[in-house]
Amino acid sequence: MLSRTADHLYWMARYTERAENLARMLDVNCRMSLLPQGAEVLEQGWIATLTIIGLMDAFRQRYDSVTSSNVIAFMAFDRDNPLSIYSCLRAARENARAVRGTLTSEIWETLNATWLEMREASQRPSTDAEVGNFFEWVKYRSHVARGVIQGTMLCDEAWHFTWLGTYLERADSTARILDVKYHLLLPHGEQAGGAADYYQWSALLHSVSAFEIYRRVYRDLITPRRVAELLVLRDDMPRSLRRCMSQVYAHLQAVRNSQSSETERRAGELQASLHFGRIESVFEMGLHEYLVRFLGQVRGLGDRVSRDFLVSATD
Amino acid sequence: MSATPYDEMHAGDGQVREHYKTFASWLSRIPSERVARKRAEADTLFHRVGITFAVYGEEAGTERLIPFDIVPRIIPAGEWKHLAAGLKQRVRALNAFINDIYHSQEILQAGRIPAEQVLCNGQYRPEMQGIDVPGSIYAHIAGVDVVRAGAGEFYVLEDNLRVPSGVSYMLEDRRMMMRLFPELFALHSVAPVEHYPDLLLENLRSVAPTGVNDPTVVLLTPGAYNSAYFEHAFLAQQMGVELVEGQDLFVDDEFVYMRTTQGPQRVDVIYRRIDDDFLDPLVFRPDSMLGIPGLLAAYRAGHVTVANAIGTGVADDKSIYPYVPEMVRFYLGEEPLLSNVPTYVLRRKQDLAYTLAHLGELVVKEVHGAGGYGMLIGPAASRAELDAFRQRILRSPERYIAQPTLALSACPTFVESGIAPRHIDLRPFVLSGREVTLVPGGLTRVALREGSLVVNSSQGGGTKDTWVLER
Repeated sequence: MLSRTADHLYWMARYTERAENLARMLDVNCRMSLLPQGAEVLEQGWIATLTIIGLMDAFRQRYDSVTSSNVIAFMAFDRDNPLSIYSCLRAARENARAVRGTLTSEIWETLNATWLEMREASQRPSTDAEVGNFFEWVKYRSHVARGVIQGTMLCDEAWHFTWLGTYLERADSTARILDVKYHLLLPHGEQAGGAADYYQWSALLHSVSAFEIYRRVYRDLITPRRVAELLVLRDDMPRSLRRCMSQVYAHLQAVRNSQSSETERRAGELQASLHFGRIESVFEMGLHEYLVRFLGQVRGLGDRVSRDFLVSATD
Repeated sequence: MSATPYDEMHAGDGQVREHYKTFASWLSRIPSERVARKRAEADTLFHRVGITFAVYGEEAGTERLIPFDIVPRIIPAGEWKHLAAGLKQRVRALNAFINDIYHSQEILQAGRIPAEQVLCNGQYRPEMQGIDVPGSIYAHIAGVDVVRAGAGEFYVLEDNLRVPSGVSYMLEDRRMMMRLFPELFALHSVAPVEHYPDLLLENLRSVAPTGVNDPTVVLLTPGAYNSAYFEHAFLAQQMGVELVEGQDLFVDDEFVYMRTTQGPQRVDVIYRRIDDDFLDPLVFRPDSMLGIPGLLAAYRAGHVTVANAIGTGVADDKSIYPYVPEMVRFYLGEEPLLSNVPTYVLRRKQDLAYTLAHLGELVVKEVHGAGGYGMLIGPAASRAELDAFRQRILRSPERYIAQPTLALSACPTFVESGIAPRHIDLRPFVLSGREVTLVPGGLTRVALREGSLVVNSSQGGGTKDTWVLER
């Protein structure tokens, strides 16, 4: 298939997934802001989120104070912020539009409708309660998009590139969501504990739809070690790093070409290290250090996918 | 303009013509509510599928639906036979002419066409001189505009040999008609047109560079913002070929490749829907972002076929048009089966004088104009418009030709006041490759405004399904 077509599909999927994960990250912080806590703790939560997305400086240039409403305006509705939910949904739709002929009409109509509703939502002011509904809506539209891709698209090369984009983006996001916790705990260290800490860990689990899964899998108290194990190493957890990487590896194998063997090897190596890894060694290395290295590897894979498949090097 | 144009459905005495009898009796039986419902249904369906076109000069991104009329234009078998033979003859002669012009130029040496008319024409491409193209075919797809003035009296208005469009409407109109009124197709034996994409693909494959057994064909579009993008995407999908933009192709060592996820893939035939000027920034317009640098070199080396060929415009220029009957005689040794509309070439002194004296009776067209832009319809123009146009002609007479206003035939059409005759034309699509073929039918365009002769979709024209009866 045309590299340009694959590129549009890959980014259509990445932007759709990114919008969902942004909604998840913002939602968890909004929930935490409802807990009895000082303004300083709340502010730290937002700073951690902005830092992990890499937009702290851009935010500071636009806003004086780190408040819930400022961060939400910036991350959800700001059309000049290329990483806002608004911009991600627009980019997903523009990528879909460019390859309308390759998509089923259901996929196109779904992404187009999402964008049209997003544009409407951005034009009305929202209260706290409505913001919660908005995040739910973003997640819901992402579920619908995935479902319609799963349910209507021919399982050919185009399909593999779509899922490759989805899982690479999700691996990146889950690692970032987990790393936010590191920034929050920084002053206290791993042993912090206490009620506030419990709520923070459980909010994190909620943000990746893993609270109920945790209860089912461990039937026990929420401990940092197990949360990390669930989100890094469990193969049956749909948003875990291991799950994402085994999907990335499988889809890469399906589209391999004459120059992609090194990319495939690296993906396989990363997938194997997650497959055979133990949470003890992750903590020995330090969770933050581990996640930083993982994010670098995922970014590297993304670059290699672009080079191998999406923009031809032959000119 | 004659007071009573030829009516496709009714004879002079008001009697329904033989080939419309079955349709007319069906129309008289069908309840008007059902017709209204079906017409609304057609609108909804066209919108949902997104069969729209962008209009130049209006607010950016304007998309409009081309009105579809449910009364078909019916052509009896005998008339079509004559028409088809005439079209094939004409396109064969035009291809022979282009081949001659870019090789030995015998027709110029024989003095049948003034050499400067051809060689100083903006559409003549010196880059093509001496280049052999597969099968000596240049105009692989021609959309010839034909009008009828009287019984059996067909005139060719324009030959459209560059990037003719509209075939997707021919196909969609048929699909729509079959969906809305399947019973009509049980009552008539209408010749099918649905195999056009197959014929087109076969035609494109047949002109692949020599030695290529299983050619890769692509359709080159300027992109999603082009007015005919819907048609480009539609044809690519129907033929099962890649729809590419210039940025998807590149030239390496005089071969053309497309960038695919499996690496570069050789491209053998490019069905391009981009004008010559934009095809190769190294040779033509250097600012073109739509083309492929080096394409002309690959083409000249015979490594890729471009359809239609570069430089076909020299044969469908309005200043060359008056000589097409002469081409038929010169190259084929036959008498033309289809007539030209008598044409005054205003670079000639006596033609100019006649035109200025009879401006109110004539249609004046810009030589390089297309799509009905920049033309004057004398009988419909006000005194002020006539005067303004007279000044434009006097400033540069060589830019214009003039023709008598033909009494275009009319076909009954649904309008606000009910059913009334409206003027129509016909654009059949003639394919030239190993052989010359055309599907029985074409795109019928209809001028929806009363008395109007302008059928162009950009000027408020609509379309009709075109039926060629098999018996």
